[in-house]
Amino acid sequence: MIKLINNDNFYSITFFLVLFLIIYLVNSFVGSTIFERIVTILFVYIILAVGLQIFMGNSGILFFAYIGFMSIGAYSSGLLSMPVKMKGFVLRDLYPFLQTISIDPIIAIIIGGLFTAIIAAILTLPLMRLKDAAAVITSFALLMVIHSIIVGWSAVTNGPRTFFGIPKVTTLELAMIFSFVAVIIGFIFKNSHLGLLLRATRDNDIAADSIGANTVYLRWFAVIISAFLAGIAGGLWGHFITSFSPKSFYLKETFLIISMIVIGGSYTVTGSIFGAILVYVGHEGLRWVEKVMKFSDYITFELVGLTEVVLAIIMIIFLITKPKGLFAFREIGDTIKKKIIKISRT
Amino acid sequence: MILQFIFDVLSLGSLYALFALGLVLIFGILKLVNFAYGELVLVFGYSMFLLGDTPVPWFFMTLIAILMSVLISISTDYIAFRPVREKSITAVLITSFAFATILQNAALLLISPRPKNVPMPSFFSDSIQFLGVITPVRNIISIIVTFICLFIFYQFMKRSHIGLAMRAAATNFNMTRMLGIPANLVITSAFAISGLLAGIGATLWMSKLANVFPGIGLEPLLIAFIATVIGGMRSVQGAVFGGFILAFIDIGFNYLLPQDILKFRDAFTFTFVILILLIRPQGLIGGPATGIRT
Repeated sequence: MIKLINNDNFYSITFFLVLFLIIYLVNSFVGSTIFERIVTILFVYIILAVGLQIFMGNSGILFFAYIGFMSIGAYSSGLLSMPVKMKGFVLRDLYPFLQTISIDPIIAIIIGGLFTAIIAAILTLPLMRLKDAAAVITSFALLMVIHSIIVGWSAVTNGPRTFFGIPKVTTLELAMIFSFVAVIIGFIFKNSHLGLLLRATRDNDIAADSIGANTVYLRWFAVIISAFLAGIAGGLWGHFITSFSPKSFYLKETFLIISMIVIGGSYTVTGSIFGAILVYVGHEGLRWVEKVMKFSDYITFELVGLTEVVLAIIMIIFLITKPKGLFAFREIGDTIKKKIIKISRT
Repeated sequence: MILQFIFDVLSLGSLYALFALGLVLIFGILKLVNFAYGELVLVFGYSMFLLGDTPVPWFFMTLIAILMSVLISISTDYIAFRPVREKSITAVLITSFAFATILQNAALLLISPRPKNVPMPSFFSDSIQFLGVITPVRNIISIIVTFICLFIFYQFMKRSHIGLAMRAAATNFNMTRMLGIPANLVITSAFAISGLLAGIGATLWMSKLANVFPGIGLEPLLIAFIATVIGGMRSVQGAVFGGFILAFIDIGFNYLLPQDILKFRDAFTFTFVILILLIRPQGLIGGPATGIRT
């Protein structure tokens, strides 16, 4: 027990468990379906942000292809869980061996995550030795490749058209549980032996090499975990929205996720979670303002794009004043631990 | 047939080369991709559209629109790059993308999500016969304009002080600063020239499309981006060469590939980009290794 309390992760994980439960209680207290919808998607975004932090935060490499892995998870789990009848209707040219498969959606989501991790393991191994601009550009190119394949491969993905007919199984509870598991994985990885070595390669790759850190394999391991969580998040999202198109996994969404973890602070798991909460709540709030203004009598013209403009301006101001994000180096658990020690001493 | 092919590659390649040149100038010095680069085409297009109803002659309209894209390019530097440049690479990429988002959505919010016509003189789309090949006049214009631009640009980089400073900054930025070259001046003038090249490229691009819409910037950005990587991301010659190679690949695919594989053209092109960075990071024609911040 004492060992557990002294653990670096204990306070942070407990903090987020409490936070998630508070959000859950507030939701059941409010009892509105719109609110529940927003909170459920928020939990999916937390999984995405924590997943991206595992690779991007610990290795320091900007990773554009991430949302592409989310799309692989969404499409593959949707394909597995879609009822056989719907398949004949949505995907007429589907390969025969896939036509008769229809499994339990939650198992499909997990298989989707594993499948995404395998794809990521194959695709990214050769890219892991690149750094600086070359690494950024290859991951951007990888996003384009994945997007182009999803748009082009009509037999499996219904091409650029909407992919629909996925059963709606993601509930608030399910998203919250997965989200909490993602948070635990994030903290454990960051403070594990491998996470520490990976952070060493981020801060100085030559010095880390000299003490025996194998940069390529460390990054590869992190990117596989990242992709797994992206796949899970994609699956959950797909089974909540139930219909989507390749446009849902492209540049705009990529930058939404990246801005979440940069605004929160990409070096800390705490930062990525709070970044996800802030950016997503801001995004939804502005959407709501847009809608209210549209139906008010004062403004006669339409206000498409206001959300994006305001969010982008806030983001620029934020990055100028706080380029390392809200939680630059210290996790929330460390702060709590210090406070507790202080109080117990007095 | 072969002459037609060569002609197509030359006219498209010259346009691609212009776009790539504007991007590589910034990349060479800062080692950062300017994600707002494509929006310069958008700025040009909407300036033309807004001027379209006024009695201003077409030539001056174009000049004003090019000037607008130069101004926006310089403000990209002031708003998105300068404040965060020293602090974090990731931050700059996001601010430049945020700036692009602002421009796109401003067009959406203030003008319209629907495509708008851009005035173009009618002789651009007339066809003429040249060496037995029938081609629109705009193709010949783009080849001529590009070669004039390249010549002027080359002389400028070679002979002027600021050109020399830019070449030095692209080789080793910190060393250049230590020798007393003002960094901000070099960077701002690189952005200005980048905007000028994008504006001229946009004129030629618009002569083909003849309309403008909020998402117009993506394709020029991707073209410039791929061409720059093929050329090695540092040298100006490389970017021009990359532009022509990309046009060759694009048109070659159009001629050779059947329709249902053509859908995956982007996947092939970007796989090619990844392979170049893995196998020959210095680009196809060599030069110093790329992507390391000095």
